[in-house]
Amino acid sequence: MFTIPALLFLGVFVFYPLINNIVYSFQSFTLSSATKEWVGLKNYQTLLSDGVIFTSIMNNIRYAIVSIIIQVGFGLVLAAVLEDVAFRRIAPALRSIYFIPTILSMTVVCLLFEFVYNPQMGLLNSFLEAVGLDGLTKVWLGSKKTAMYSVIAVSQWQSTGYIAMLFIVAIQKIPRDLYEAAEVDGASKITRFFYITVPQVRQMFFVTMILTVSGAFTVFNEPYILTGGGPGTATMVLSLHMYQTGFIKNNMGYASTIAILIFVITAVLSSVQFFSFGKKEEDA
Amino acid sequence: MKTKVKKRRKFGLGEVVWLIILLILAALILYPLFWIIMSSFKDYKGIYGDVWGLPEIWHPENYLTAWNKGISQYFLNSTIVTLATIVGVSLVSTFAAFGVCQMSGRLGNIIFLLCMCGLLLAPQVCVLPLFMLLTKIKIRNTLWAMILPYIAFRLPVSIMMVRAFFVGISKELEEAAIIDGATLLQIYRHIYLPLSKPILATVVVMTAYYGWNEFMFATIFVDSSAIRTIPVGLMVFRDGLMTEWGVVMAGMVIACLPITVLFLFMQKSFVRGMAAGSVKG
Repeated sequence: MFTIPALLFLGVFVFYPLINNIVYSFQSFTLSSATKEWVGLKNYQTLLSDGVIFTSIMNNIRYAIVSIIIQVGFGLVLAAVLEDVAFRRIAPALRSIYFIPTILSMTVVCLLFEFVYNPQMGLLNSFLEAVGLDGLTKVWLGSKKTAMYSVIAVSQWQSTGYIAMLFIVAIQKIPRDLYEAAEVDGASKITRFFYITVPQVRQMFFVTMILTVSGAFTVFNEPYILTGGGPGTATMVLSLHMYQTGFIKNNMGYASTIAILIFVITAVLSSVQFFSFGKKEEDA
Repeated sequence: MKTKVKKRRKFGLGEVVWLIILLILAALILYPLFWIIMSSFKDYKGIYGDVWGLPEIWHPENYLTAWNKGISQYFLNSTIVTLATIVGVSLVSTFAAFGVCQMSGRLGNIIFLLCMCGLLLAPQVCVLPLFMLLTKIKIRNTLWAMILPYIAFRLPVSIMMVRAFFVGISKELEEAAIIDGATLLQIYRHIYLPLSKPILATVVVMTAYYGWNEFMFATIFVDSSAIRTIPVGLMVFRDGLMTEWGVVMAGMVIACLPITVLFLFMQKSFVRGMAAGSVKG
């Protein structure tokens, strides 16, 4: 009886829309149309021949690769360094500093980076000029070559501290005597990192991988705010393509089909995470 | 002598290099934030003339301008939406977690698993049908269009956290209460709720963080300016005030204040919530 409100909420606002979305993906309609026309698999055929889908997926994959390298890879190294005894004094302060961007809203972060990337007076270009690297100044968000990576960089700035924090929590659970024993045996810090830290945090490693990859495949806010997918379709990603198809080109049926594509990708990823999490709980 | 040797071993070349890297990273994060605050006190000329310097003339009135030019309304809307979401999530999730714990056997587990399925679903997937649904039940473009979906999408992770906590509560108190003839509702109110303050704090903090910062639903489900929340409002604000950067940045600072304060006071709940959920906005 106590679970009824929760089930109602989830049913109406989560599961019912999901089922509707599946139905929509076989239909053709606009925001204002009174009836929805069944078109069978036509939307799915469009999906396969849509060049923008390919661009979007490539950009999502770029997002995922950079996020894995920087957030997961570098985040883990960062966490290990922060947990090193050498930095015991300043680690708490640094930890809090690195975590700050996580608590800021995406809009604020994106607006900040608009100022950073601004070609005339942005912080990045004026910094490059100040240190004599005038040749490297660019129209960061306006050029096809740099736009996508500039957008990706914003997410790294915001989320690396968060992932590092997750790793710190995991590292703190490693029994200290493992390190002490290794130190007695004369293992260097780098050896200890690869032979103790990395294997001991592999659960968290897995979790953060899934987290960043599914984050990379659902990213919406950053390109929406910073570039709107442009220049051209240089920074188009799946969810932005879905949004524009549905609400701007007013092709709701096909947009739902794109949503199904996102759903399949993320559902696979998160069920992997979900079941590994469940397993972890049983182990503990 | 011995300690000296040990100290030197602790702080070799590698550590110095890392220290420098760590400090550069800290600067990469702190400087832009410092820059926003500094620029929020400048006028356009102040920013354009000298991007890096401290303000020559301080313009604290930027904050007043930002507040009066719309931020106050967005702030109020965000407060209402966030508070309503917090109340909804806390009530419904503790209720559900309590219910799941009370139910014996399979049914409880099935319901719990069903709730957890919500975790697998990215909000992006539900945006289009939710838009149609909210239009149909005529609450699109109202504050409810944000509050209700927010509650629904925060429930799975909140129920997960609260249930994990409830499972740990000893059954003795409850059994004593049942012997005294207490109803389930009384057990929920007088035993479970008072005991679950720490986990409730975490749920509240995480929900506040989500509700205050959520952008996608807020921008798609609402188009009239009077009911926009702060993240969306800031975008409109920027478009409307192209050159008055100082004022825009004052607005950005105001937008960040509540969650920053919350973080300062409840850092533990924050970190616990983010680690437990491992699901961010």
